[in-house]
Amino acid sequence: MTSYLVRRFLIAIPILLGVSLVTFAFANFAPGDPLSALARPGSHVRPQDIEALRVALGLDKPWPQRYVTWLSQVLQGNLGISFVSNLPVADTLGARLPNTVLLMGTALLVSLVLGIMLGVFSAFRAGTRLDKLMTVVVFAGISLPSYLVALLVVLAFAVLPYALAGIRLFPATGIRDPLGTSPPLIDTIHHLILPASVLAFGGTATFMRFTRASVLEVMRQEYVTTAHSKGLAERTVRWRHVLRNALLPVVTVLGLSIPSLITGALFVETLFSWPGLGSLAVEATLRRDYTVIMGIGLVTSVVIVFSNLATDMAYAFVDPRIRHS
Amino acid sequence: MTERSGSQVPLGRGALPPATAPGSGPPGDESRPHHSPRQLAWRRFRQNDLATAGLIALVALAIVAVLAPVIAPFDPLAPDLKSIGKAPSLAHWLGTDSSGRDVFSRIVFGSRISLSVGFVAVSIYLTIGTVLGAIAGYRRGLVDAVIMRITDTVMSFPALIIILAIIPIVGPSIFNIMLVIGLLGWPAVARLVRGEVLSLREREFTLAARVVGASDWRIIVRHILPNTAGPLVVVASLGVADAIITEAGLSFLGLGVRPPEPSWGNMLNSAIDVGTILDKPWLWLAPGAMIALAVLSINFIGDGLRDALDPRGTLTRR
Repeated sequence: MTSYLVRRFLIAIPILLGVSLVTFAFANFAPGDPLSALARPGSHVRPQDIEALRVALGLDKPWPQRYVTWLSQVLQGNLGISFVSNLPVADTLGARLPNTVLLMGTALLVSLVLGIMLGVFSAFRAGTRLDKLMTVVVFAGISLPSYLVALLVVLAFAVLPYALAGIRLFPATGIRDPLGTSPPLIDTIHHLILPASVLAFGGTATFMRFTRASVLEVMRQEYVTTAHSKGLAERTVRWRHVLRNALLPVVTVLGLSIPSLITGALFVETLFSWPGLGSLAVEATLRRDYTVIMGIGLVTSVVIVFSNLATDMAYAFVDPRIRHS
Repeated sequence: MTERSGSQVPLGRGALPPATAPGSGPPGDESRPHHSPRQLAWRRFRQNDLATAGLIALVALAIVAVLAPVIAPFDPLAPDLKSIGKAPSLAHWLGTDSSGRDVFSRIVFGSRISLSVGFVAVSIYLTIGTVLGAIAGYRRGLVDAVIMRITDTVMSFPALIIILAIIPIVGPSIFNIMLVIGLLGWPAVARLVRGEVLSLREREFTLAARVVGASDWRIIVRHILPNTAGPLVVVASLGVADAIITEAGLSFLGLGVRPPEPSWGNMLNSAIDVGTILDKPWLWLAPGAMIALAVLSINFIGDGLRDALDPRGTLTRR
């Protein structure tokens, strides 16, 4: 087990280096050299001063040397300064991160619980009309883009109730109501419900599909037949024998759902004006704030690399065949 | 990704025995006329109602895209100051937008963008992924290790964030979006092809080809790649739907196809304003429905193809 984990971890290192190299390349080759603004025609800065500044900032060094300097700064938590707001990128990301974690965490939890429940329900009724209907609905759920789902949800749960009955059922934007009277926690939860449900939509469908397949797979195993022929009650076989073995692998899909969750958050946060990293990425793109975009790119890809690592480790933990191969 | 044996679908000239689907006929039924694997797959595909419906819808969409100038009653780009933001009527079936342009005509022309982005982007990454995957799987060793680490690295970036980083540099246009999606989508294909090639290169028919003196190139192109076609077709079809979603999403955020050029995504953008969602639903309901229709039908086709080409279910969903 240990040797497998070490091997798997060693594979992650070149990937992380590759990710950092790509980010560095983007930061370097993006238009808008930090000093280009000074060199503009009509500028009063003397060329020799710009050159002196270039040397002072280390921009005259060859790129491998600059990469090492850059990487050591990144490892110390310095992601550079935004050219647009002049604030440290790390601070900007740090301020938005908790909101994204709250949104994604809620969505992940909801989709996991709901997906497993629906998957088990569907698998125990495999082949029935209800199961077939659920399978088709879930397939549609996986297919629909999150922004379409978000629009429909806003229409159904925020716009229509207000337009038809004057009820402010759920807020369609923001994380807190600046004029609201309810306690902050209740207010945030109230704002969280719609975006988290939309974000959980695709994940629920994915978890349900996987759970259903996993349960059906286990139900075909010989030891389940044995349990039946021993005369055990259907209920005992299902809950004790089938589910225990079927649900363990589902946990390993958790890590694989992170990339689609990040993509979904980009749209959902933008549509619901949720102040997280996803909406920040879109805002930064519209403002051409490269350092911020690349900071988000770096952080999210590191998260993805580690969630893939965690997935593989979970696999190895759940399935001994992998770690002994 | 592990090497999977038995997931090959004998579509091409591979020397595999035809795969008979479990339950596609009583075993030992000699009176049954012989069907090629392709015919068997097509038959299985047609038995899937949703997949067939998806195929019909996609063909209809393609016809609309090709015949757009004939079908559209108005110029999709021409503003009409006399009819701005009008509700659907006999003249303008789906109403007009905030510049007085005919929504129906814009939807018709928008199909060209969605379908071309989907198919071009996927063709680009299918090519890159197949070439890299085939080289990695066939050469193995150091070449394989290097290619696969690059693949893992590209795969680690959330594609959409990279697209966001590239778009301001290269500029938002249909061509750039096709290119960027195409250049980022290949890792999944490369991993799939590599896995297939790793197992196919050890098969007897590959050995036989090598014994008669076929070149590596000929072995890869004539003997190995045709056998990877089945899984690739499935991945490609689902990829087309993904590319359409990405383009529409980017255009929706104002980072893709720019108005006045019509794209279903940028038409949906009008719904970003909460007021429009209810007051002028014709502006966003129809483009939204078209995105859903295109994506659903392509995904149903992909699912049907998976069942048809891979009856043993070795090709799992991503």
